[in-house]
Amino acid sequence: MSGIPHDHYEPKLGSEKWLHRRLPIVGLLYDTLMIPTPKNLNWMWIWGVVLFFTLVLQIVTGIVLAMHYVPHADMAFASIEHIMRNVNGGYFIRYLHMNGASLFFIAVYLHIFRGIYYGSYKSPRELTWIIGILIYLAMMATAFMGYVLPWGQMSFWGATVITGLFGAIPWVGEPLLTWLQGGPAVDSPTLTRFFSLHYLLPFVILGLSIVHVWAFHTTGNNNPTGVEVRRTSREEADADTLPFWPYFVIKDLFALGVVLVIFFAIVGFMPNYLGHPDNYIPADPLVTPPHIVPEWYFLPFYAILRAFDGDVWAVQLLDWMSFGVIDAKFFGVLAMFGSILIMALLPWLDTSNVRSGRFRPMFKVAFWIFFIDFFVLMWAGAMPAEGIYPTVALVGTVVWFGFFLVVLPVLGVIEKPLPQPDTIEEDFNAHYGDGAAGGKAVPSPAE
Amino acid sequence: MFKKLTITALTALTLGAGGALAAGGGAHVTDYDFSFEGPFGRYDQAQLQRGLQIYTEICSACHGLELVAFRTLSDPGGPSLSDEAMRDYASAFEVFDEELEDWRPAKPIDHFPESMDPNAPDLSLMAKARVGFHGPHGTGLNQLFKGMGGAEYIATYLQSFTDDVKEEAGSVFYYNHVFPDNWSGMAPALYGDDVFYADGTEATMQQEAKDVAAFLMWVAEPHLMARKQAGFVSVMFLTVLTVLLYLANKRLWAPYKPSKQV
Repeated sequence: MSGIPHDHYEPKLGSEKWLHRRLPIVGLLYDTLMIPTPKNLNWMWIWGVVLFFTLVLQIVTGIVLAMHYVPHADMAFASIEHIMRNVNGGYFIRYLHMNGASLFFIAVYLHIFRGIYYGSYKSPRELTWIIGILIYLAMMATAFMGYVLPWGQMSFWGATVITGLFGAIPWVGEPLLTWLQGGPAVDSPTLTRFFSLHYLLPFVILGLSIVHVWAFHTTGNNNPTGVEVRRTSREEADADTLPFWPYFVIKDLFALGVVLVIFFAIVGFMPNYLGHPDNYIPADPLVTPPHIVPEWYFLPFYAILRAFDGDVWAVQLLDWMSFGVIDAKFFGVLAMFGSILIMALLPWLDTSNVRSGRFRPMFKVAFWIFFIDFFVLMWAGAMPAEGIYPTVALVGTVVWFGFFLVVLPVLGVIEKPLPQPDTIEEDFNAHYGDGAAGGKAVPSPAE
Repeated sequence: MFKKLTITALTALTLGAGGALAAGGGAHVTDYDFSFEGPFGRYDQAQLQRGLQIYTEICSACHGLELVAFRTLSDPGGPSLSDEAMRDYASAFEVFDEELEDWRPAKPIDHFPESMDPNAPDLSLMAKARVGFHGPHGTGLNQLFKGMGGAEYIATYLQSFTDDVKEEAGSVFYYNHVFPDNWSGMAPALYGDDVFYADGTEATMQQEAKDVAAFLMWVAEPHLMARKQAGFVSVMFLTVLTVLLYLANKRLWAPYKPSKQV
């Protein structure tokens, strides 16, 4: 598949040849599994496999839960409790699904930060990156709608706040809101459509994930040095890479094992730690919880949404200049969606021609500030919008946008990058000693 | 990197190993030691039965348990009443039968009635809808290690009334230290010696509060013990699998990493 020279599938048996002439599916699987992979990939390159596992876990547990769940405002809450109390193993399946969402987002955030640090979005991998952002958006929509399904207090009020964001759009907001909710307020029609979409979107994510993998199998993996695999000869390519199977499959499965040990400890011993207690209270449109917060993985963007109140001069200025069309609420909505969509523009905002952050001393500093900023925003998003927190959120938002719109474009011009290794082989041998057998292809590592 | 990952895994394994981290001071909610805390925590059957007694004799005057079926009272891991005792207990409640269009004594498959007082919340999930002390310093670490603390909240709440009463818009409110805005619509319910425990336990106010809190925890999470067991077995098997994968990976890569060979 990739332009890196490597072995291709050769059917040997008559039956294999028969199948291959008609449907080269074995060849497709072979080439996918045997893709030459830079051998210097570090432990941050394991999250893709973790994410694939989590997607399958969520789909499998979700299908079982859907067999027992009733998407109706009067019955949803009780049907979840039916799963928790009466369905065989239902409590474990539901806790797996609930905490699986958190695992999904932990993994995707680490995956995204890995991509940013090592410049995985840069040419020629822009499409892999953009498809990734689309997957992330679909994940956010899926997780949000899934959180509404138990029909607890936080489900209901979270749905009210988030669908309400669309109501802030000038002119079309009100009819759009009614259309989204299926009525004048969040109610049974909202629940049924969210259930339908919550079942649909994971399969969209699956499709996008396959395209995501296809795209980077075409360009080849990035790696911690950002230096491309040599494609000039088979020998050089072999010196830079090892086939995905078995070297990276086993490595990734080991990493997945470590992640799952922690995950199952959480599911088994503290499954409600990441949830909100209010969601064990049935939804009540007449009682507003004192403090509405989304799930932890939305908090940074929730902070950006709330950062802009009418006291911020930029908001006042825009309000005045747009004759009141862009008010504080709409400004916040634009900022929140903008803070996510801006990530899709990374390939063009980053002007440096050095790919990996390892060789970019100033970028390194900016990256870690950006990384910390993410957690500061998360913290600010969890706090009530009073006292010092709106200011913290505002500063965090400025840092967020500053990283993308100012720091990245400027750094490419002013930064002096460190010398990069010529080849991946050179980098690998610097870590693991010269004369490694990897230089000469060893077909079977098993003695 | 291996080291970091191993340390993380070990931390996860020892999570909840009891009071590793003491709940910080200054919290309003008392951090009681309940038998069901920690990865090997188990419900105390005698305590659940005492809690059921408190619920039946005191709480049920106003509060319901509409999500709970009577039959579960004899499930293993719960109060584990004998089948006969459970049937006797159920038949003391009247439920409305839609087919008969009349009231009849409850059967094991029926649920507890809903709240008698419409202002009294149903208690089926109360122990999960409330949390204890979130700390120290807002980190929530004690909840990570010791559970969310819903039972602690309930036990503390029941003992935190003062004599202050206020009347507002025709309703009476009672002062309570731990209630969110301090004015609870519920009157103090426990004073000590409110019930007579058949097992000889002294019915102090604290004992009663802890017993009913433990019972409500079981009501909210009846499969807690099964869940912890499943979690522990999963973690053990996954640990073995992960160690094997670690060794396989090390061996697989050894020819390419001479400096790492031992």
